[in-house]
Amino acid sequence: MNAGPDGALARLALALERPRVLGALMLAPAVLYVVAFVAVPFFIAIALSVSDATVGDPRIDTFVGLDNFIAVLGQSGFRLALRNSLLITTLTVLILLVLATTAVELLARDFRGKRLVQVLFMIPWAMPVSLSAITWLWVLDSQYSPIDWVLVQIGLLGPGGTFGPSWNLFYLGREGLAIASIVLVDVWRTLPLATIIVLAGRLSIPRERLEQAQLDGAGFFRILFRIIIPALAPVLTVAILFTALLVIGEMSTIALLTRGGPGHSTQILPLWAYLKGINSGDLGQGAAIALFLFPVLLAAAIVALRFAYRAGKD
Amino acid sequence: MRTAARKPLFYAAITLLVLFTTLPVLYAVITIFKRESELYRFGSNPFIYETSPTLDHLIYLFTDTAFPTFAVNSIIIGLLVVAITVALAVPAAYALARLTGHWGERSGMAIFLVYLIPPTLLFIPLFRIVVALGLANSIWSLVLVLPTITIPFCTWLLLGFFRSIPPQLDEAALLDGCTRLQAFWKVVLPQALPGIGACIVFAFSLSLSNYIYAVTFVSESAARNISAGVPTELIRGDVYFWPSLMAATTVVAIPLGIAYGLLFDYLVRGFQSAGAGGE
Repeated sequence: MNAGPDGALARLALALERPRVLGALMLAPAVLYVVAFVAVPFFIAIALSVSDATVGDPRIDTFVGLDNFIAVLGQSGFRLALRNSLLITTLTVLILLVLATTAVELLARDFRGKRLVQVLFMIPWAMPVSLSAITWLWVLDSQYSPIDWVLVQIGLLGPGGTFGPSWNLFYLGREGLAIASIVLVDVWRTLPLATIIVLAGRLSIPRERLEQAQLDGAGFFRILFRIIIPALAPVLTVAILFTALLVIGEMSTIALLTRGGPGHSTQILPLWAYLKGINSGDLGQGAAIALFLFPVLLAAAIVALRFAYRAGKD
Repeated sequence: MRTAARKPLFYAAITLLVLFTTLPVLYAVITIFKRESELYRFGSNPFIYETSPTLDHLIYLFTDTAFPTFAVNSIIIGLLVVAITVALAVPAAYALARLTGHWGERSGMAIFLVYLIPPTLLFIPLFRIVVALGLANSIWSLVLVLPTITIPFCTWLLLGFFRSIPPQLDEAALLDGCTRLQAFWKVVLPQALPGIGACIVFAFSLSLSNYIYAVTFVSESAARNISAGVPTELIRGDVYFWPSLMAATTVVAIPLGIAYGLLFDYLVRGFQSAGAGGE
């Protein structure tokens, strides 16, 4: 009788029946991976931000304290980037709130052709961000923008037009318009995600509550503002958080649409971190820029998710 | 009476919404088939074909640019990322939903926070890791790093699916003499197949759409993927080949849009069970 291996196997099989052991084993690969490629890089980023590492001398050997953060704060490009990151994110989220709530009221109903509408509605989110940026670059082209063409046709643009004698508005070439264009592109690409999140909350509202309110004689807007929007508060918070983080962390839209220009007027933090850290080779400053908003983002995320969780429990 | 009066209004609103999300893509599709002489003629109507449409730009994209290479790289990266993601996220989500008790049930929030860490925070250290491992300028750098985005997202999505499967199913299988692993494999997993399908689609498209890692880790044309290759190499300096660029974007956008659209209800359900309620 060869009881040894059998005994070991039996003991293994027995151990696998214990939920905690099996649970830990099934969880381990994912946790190890996330520790290795998210947690470790995150701490390297912190170490880099307080070191003098460059692409030429990438060793993290000299502790320079907060020098990188102070140096970065002194750059006018950084201050503009910080302002623009916050401005673009705030504007995008505010517009999204209105559009997503509207889209949800439409998509919560059943209607003919709903499948097709869902497909067409999801395209902006399904597209890789860099490719949507290129598509918009062509729509907002300085010479051949179809928007300009329409404006010229209806007499708003061109000689004698309301918007001036030029044939073009140069959407990406003027500061205010460039920021507005970027907000438009960000709203466009995050609307499907925001809508899906809010729709999930909207469909969880018991139908009886809405029907009862209708029977009681409440009109559409009364139901919307008295029942639907208060019930949606937690999901709206989650939607704000998700889209804000997606917008504030994405650099490809601006890298492709304006390259931060004209001047640094549309510079944002991720692109500034990329230009400093990779193009200029100052890894320490790049990491400092990338980390700059992290405490704020983390605090905002925890507060928002706490609120959503607590409200969701009621 | 009220519904009859409202119906046209409702369809008008739906049409406006869909026009907003599709107009840039529709315009891109029109552009693909335009002759350059018409495209760059000042004042010509951009929405119709004044001269006969042409397939030249579409053919040019597939025969005279590196786009096919980018596409093949993207597909290889995508499939490998999907495989890694499913292999790691499915067991992790099941463990959190069923085996780790109270602690695992409340982990949804923590997992999502990991997904929300912006890649811009991690790309510089990850670049160093990639260089140290000798993977810079190869598609393997992206295969290794992109699951940082897909694993948290898919674990979180699957957590919701596993929770919505009644625990009585596992318990019945255990009473019938299955081991826990068998109960997972034979009873719970088949129930979660729609969720796994959704994960596959998302992992694939998330791997396709990342830009910052792709542009930082790979600078050789042969190893580029679509999201970094199209903007960096199909645009030469300041010269934009608009029709073939638009062909490149729509060739990717339309199949992905269809996949996402068909998964619309799954997504909403995923947020209903796992995300929106918090935890």
